[in-house]
Amino acid sequence: MTTHALDAHVPKEKKRSWVLRNRFLLLRRSSQLLILALFLAGPWAGLWIVKGTLTSSMTLDILPLTDPFLLLQTMVTGHWPELTGLIGVAIVVGFYAVFGGRLYCSWVCPMNVVTDSANWLHRKLDLKKGWQPKKHTRYWVLAMTLLVAAGSGSLAYELVNPVTLLHRGLVFGMGFAWAAVLMVFLFDTFVSRHGWCGHLCPMGAVYGLLNTKSLLRVSANNRDACDDCMDCFEVCPEIHVISPALRGKGDDTPLIVNRDCTSCGRCIDVCDLDVFSFTHRFDTQLIQPTSIEPGPRDPVTTKAMGGHK
Amino acid sequence: MSDLKKTGLSSAKRRQFLGDAARTACGCAVAATFLTVYQAQAKAFPADAIRPPGALSEEEFLSACVRCGLCVRDCPYDTLKLAELGETGPATGTPYFTARDVPCEMCEDIPCVAACPTGALDHSLTDIDDADMGVAVLIDQENCLNFLGLRCEVCYRVCPLIDEAITLEMTPNTRTGSHAVFSPTVYADVCTGCGKCEQSCVLPEAAIKVLPRRIARAESAEHYRLGWEEKAKAGNALVPGVIDLPDRVPDAGGFEPVFQPGKGRP
Repeated sequence: MTTHALDAHVPKEKKRSWVLRNRFLLLRRSSQLLILALFLAGPWAGLWIVKGTLTSSMTLDILPLTDPFLLLQTMVTGHWPELTGLIGVAIVVGFYAVFGGRLYCSWVCPMNVVTDSANWLHRKLDLKKGWQPKKHTRYWVLAMTLLVAAGSGSLAYELVNPVTLLHRGLVFGMGFAWAAVLMVFLFDTFVSRHGWCGHLCPMGAVYGLLNTKSLLRVSANNRDACDDCMDCFEVCPEIHVISPALRGKGDDTPLIVNRDCTSCGRCIDVCDLDVFSFTHRFDTQLIQPTSIEPGPRDPVTTKAMGGHK
Repeated sequence: MSDLKKTGLSSAKRRQFLGDAARTACGCAVAATFLTVYQAQAKAFPADAIRPPGALSEEEFLSACVRCGLCVRDCPYDTLKLAELGETGPATGTPYFTARDVPCEMCEDIPCVAACPTGALDHSLTDIDDADMGVAVLIDQENCLNFLGLRCEVCYRVCPLIDEAITLEMTPNTRTGSHAVFSPTVYADVCTGCGKCEQSCVLPEAAIKVLPRRIARAESAEHYRLGWEEKAKAGNALVPGVIDLPDRVPDAGGFEPVFQPGKGRP
């Protein structure tokens, strides 16, 4: 059963302002725009702060950054990169491994805007979730891209990688890259809910692997206040990560520890009862129930959601 | 009973797991096949596209280049560009230039190579004169103004390695009978393929073009030895004594050679 059907659209008093209900969305859009602007300031205004693309860049002629997935593809073909490439990857891997692997997906990647828009349309049209690949599919795709690179001796996946195609298109010239982006948009809207970022993208899979021990976490530390309105499930791009934290009982950690969580903060945005908040991975504190009456737990809803996993 | 139930359950689970895995693997195999075919086709490299200086061989280049565009950004003359998807150019996202539009200006510090984070542009290239982006070929002698006996010579004048990579060879003008033809002649060992000659050719379509070495050059057979070179190396003729093959003149039958010394050409 889909969460969709469960969304009862219970009329609710919207006490919080629009800005508060979209604060992390606005912050993420600002972050994505700012990063894109840094890349575009050079070619558009002659302000050379960042050169290159998200694939590999040079900031202020001193800070090299290189995408680990790209360098991995290069290395499986048997080519050993230059030192700047290796240093760039070390910095990127270090940053994301410490702070939050999939921050890249929701705070940096330009494709996120496309798939978020697709999902928005998908919700507006009230469509069925469609094809839902199994949860390990992205790792299969990752392995496939690396195998093809090793077998063909070329970065074959980069001919179709919508993420790098889009970013390179924006910074260097689009060509027909918009077609690849449109395909992902249509795929996410009509074929598979959260299909690309949530199930298939091998680049996101690599950042997910960096996400296993990173510090930044969303915590359902106020889960006792949850009234099962399902708003968070409605918006979460990685829907399976919420349940263990939100539906946990007693000593179960309120932290969303699943490496698929992109730390987008959308659940924090939409929750009227402030169930979620950003914290670090060692903060397992629960907020004690206050004056707010905990909502009644509808056993039907809980069971239908897969309940306490 | 409960044991039976358990094993039944686990075997069903195992079957589902294997089914899922097989399905995903097949899906990936299909995608991999398409991707392999596509990348093979994308390797087609048009002859008028030239890789930046220091680029590894095309095969190695496609495994090393991450398509980041840093070389493009550090090119001070906006020579380099990245191939866009759908263009009939090199593999998507890889850097190249078109000599006829903007040639390589052969910067002494080679900033494009220095910018490359993966070594797809080989960092061991330190002297731009050693660059090997291609070879200029005077491809159409019938339209080249110099070959027609005029004194255009622009390609020769603009060459950064003038008199080394390109010279003017003087031969008699057989059309007028009293002038000279100064034919532009490229020395492939020295030519870097920068494309300045192709860009500056005054004809609507250039008579001299930079081509990839694989197209521009023949290869001498490995067992060929040039007698005069071997002689110079050894310091003397390899076979002692004068070699004079017997003149084979046909026997009787009224044979008269066309060329007769002393009489000039017929």
